[in-house]
Amino acid sequence: MTTLKSLWRNFIGKKQVEPAETAAPSPAPITQIVALDLDIAPHDPLLTYVQHSPGVINTEQIKLDSPAITAMRQADIKLVVPLVSQGELIGLVNLGTRLSEQEYSSDDYKLLSDLATQAAPALRVAQLVKQQQLEAAERERMAQELKIARLIQQTLLPQAVPALEGWSVTAYYQPARAVGGDFYDFLYFPDGRVGFIVADVTDKGVPAAMVMATTRTLLRAAAERLIAPGAVLARTNEVLVQEIPPNMFVTCFYAVLNPASGHLVYANAGHDVPYRYTHDGVVELRATGMPLGLMPDMGYEEKEATLDAGEYVLLYSDGLVEAHSPEREMFGFPRLQHLLADRPDGDSLKDFLLGQLTEFTGAGWEQEDDVTLVTLMRNGHSGQPGADNLVEFEIPSAPGNERLAMQRAAEIVQDMGLSERRLDRLKTAVAEATMNAMEHGNKYQPDKPVRLRVFREETAVRVTISDEGGGPPGPTAAAPDLEAKLAGEQSPRGWGLFLIKNMVDEMHVHQDDHHHTIELVMQLTDQPGE
Amino acid sequence: MAEKTAAFSAETSMDGETAVIDLRGEINSQAAAAFDAAYSEVARFGAQSILLNFAEVDYINSTGIALIVGLLARARAAHLPIAAAGLSDHYREIFTITRLSDFMEIQ
Repeated sequence: MTTLKSLWRNFIGKKQVEPAETAAPSPAPITQIVALDLDIAPHDPLLTYVQHSPGVINTEQIKLDSPAITAMRQADIKLVVPLVSQGELIGLVNLGTRLSEQEYSSDDYKLLSDLATQAAPALRVAQLVKQQQLEAAERERMAQELKIARLIQQTLLPQAVPALEGWSVTAYYQPARAVGGDFYDFLYFPDGRVGFIVADVTDKGVPAAMVMATTRTLLRAAAERLIAPGAVLARTNEVLVQEIPPNMFVTCFYAVLNPASGHLVYANAGHDVPYRYTHDGVVELRATGMPLGLMPDMGYEEKEATLDAGEYVLLYSDGLVEAHSPEREMFGFPRLQHLLADRPDGDSLKDFLLGQLTEFTGAGWEQEDDVTLVTLMRNGHSGQPGADNLVEFEIPSAPGNERLAMQRAAEIVQDMGLSERRLDRLKTAVAEATMNAMEHGNKYQPDKPVRLRVFREETAVRVTISDEGGGPPGPTAAAPDLEAKLAGEQSPRGWGLFLIKNMVDEMHVHQDDHHHTIELVMQLTDQPGE
Repeated sequence: MAEKTAAFSAETSMDGETAVIDLRGEINSQAAAAFDAAYSEVARFGAQSILLNFAEVDYINSTGIALIVGLLARARAAHLPIAAAGLSDHYREIFTITRLSDFMEIQ
């Protein structure tokens, strides 16, 4: 309708006027074309009238309650000649007063009528050509934009997936025709840890690609100075919120993996929650946080998990879960979770999911949004060491058994080059953590063992101690108040976590519904100041 | 099993006005009774100070630290200075980290 209206505006409003009174002697009157700003409303009776009476209309004589005719009369338009081609009104030729100031004759009517018959198809052709040219230009512009967006995206996506010993990492990215704002990235840290990013920018095309490029740069800059994923997201948000166009934001999941231990620390800025396949079922890697670029001063919860051999994590974008079947059913989260739980052995996870997606959407699916998948799987089988650098053992929960754990851990690490002092400290930390696990997690129940894993890493040894006490987190390692204890105001106990924390270089506590894990990291060489 | 063989003993003897408590074995929750008994001896002997001898101690866990804190609290309430001897480097460090060394002389 808009196109037709603007075309009318181009063709109506040709008005002849008298030459200016002072401009004498003038050889001939000139014709001035006046752009008459006249919109004909879609329900104006004039439109219906010309459809049925295609002849020349005299605005003085016609009896129609038409705002358009009224406007024409006010603009001194005497005759209106509808141009109709193949039953479609494509324009109006409007004439003012005759130059001779005589009435239009029947010959004039005939001439105008013939003119309309001849001109209408020619005009229609011209209109169509013009329209096609505009559409071609628009298509060209969109194609160009698409090309730029794709180019930006392709330039920024990693060329290769991380090659990590003991791990299979895959990445898949398929842009929608309109190119959405998905991207993924891998960051490599000097100590061997690897960062995994999956993000989705609202909007599509070039604007999304630009925001994506900015976000990627900000994330990389923040990750260079900060390792903690929550801090990286918070820092990125602080800068992005000042740069990003209004109504745009970025969802982003960021995880840092220690490939040697399988330890994963992650934070989430409103992105689709990744799934972790464990031997006990498929769980979500939840961590709360608002999307990037929405509001300043956002905090991002940081969570941790340790992947066993045979376990994996799937990062993905909404293009997967929001894909529709031909019956307009959505793929959805529950389906994805069930698929992961029931995935047959042997298939590559990526190929399996893409196969399931194709089956769901049908062959003729026009992809609605970008589809991004990043999978990281720890190789090996459950219950067996996944790599040469892992030793795993269990200790029954009974008073005093922490010494068994301590001795066993000491035997495992004896050839790793720890100084005697560092070894003693690690032994104490392992003993205290095992004691906590037996007492608080397992309540000294004989059927609930404590599981220890010792990982040898490039520069450190990492020990995890897990019990079967899921649920809310235990007490934190606040410094005990010795004065209060000596004054009898505080129990003399409560040294366990404090000791652990002070014995090792890093201590992390992980909690899920079924397990509570303390993770200890001890650098193999003495640290500055020792 | 280690917990069955991990015996602990605390023997108190007098050296002048100082009660010397010779600790042997592992200081863990099972050492609680022996600690109580040793302190009773200190009171019975009318000692003016206490020396804890850790030379024969090979393991102290956080419960053991709590027992030492308890003993220290009672000694301080009775205005008895307390000292520790024979600590390994590792337990010396733990006494520093826990600040026990602020309240007893480490020999």
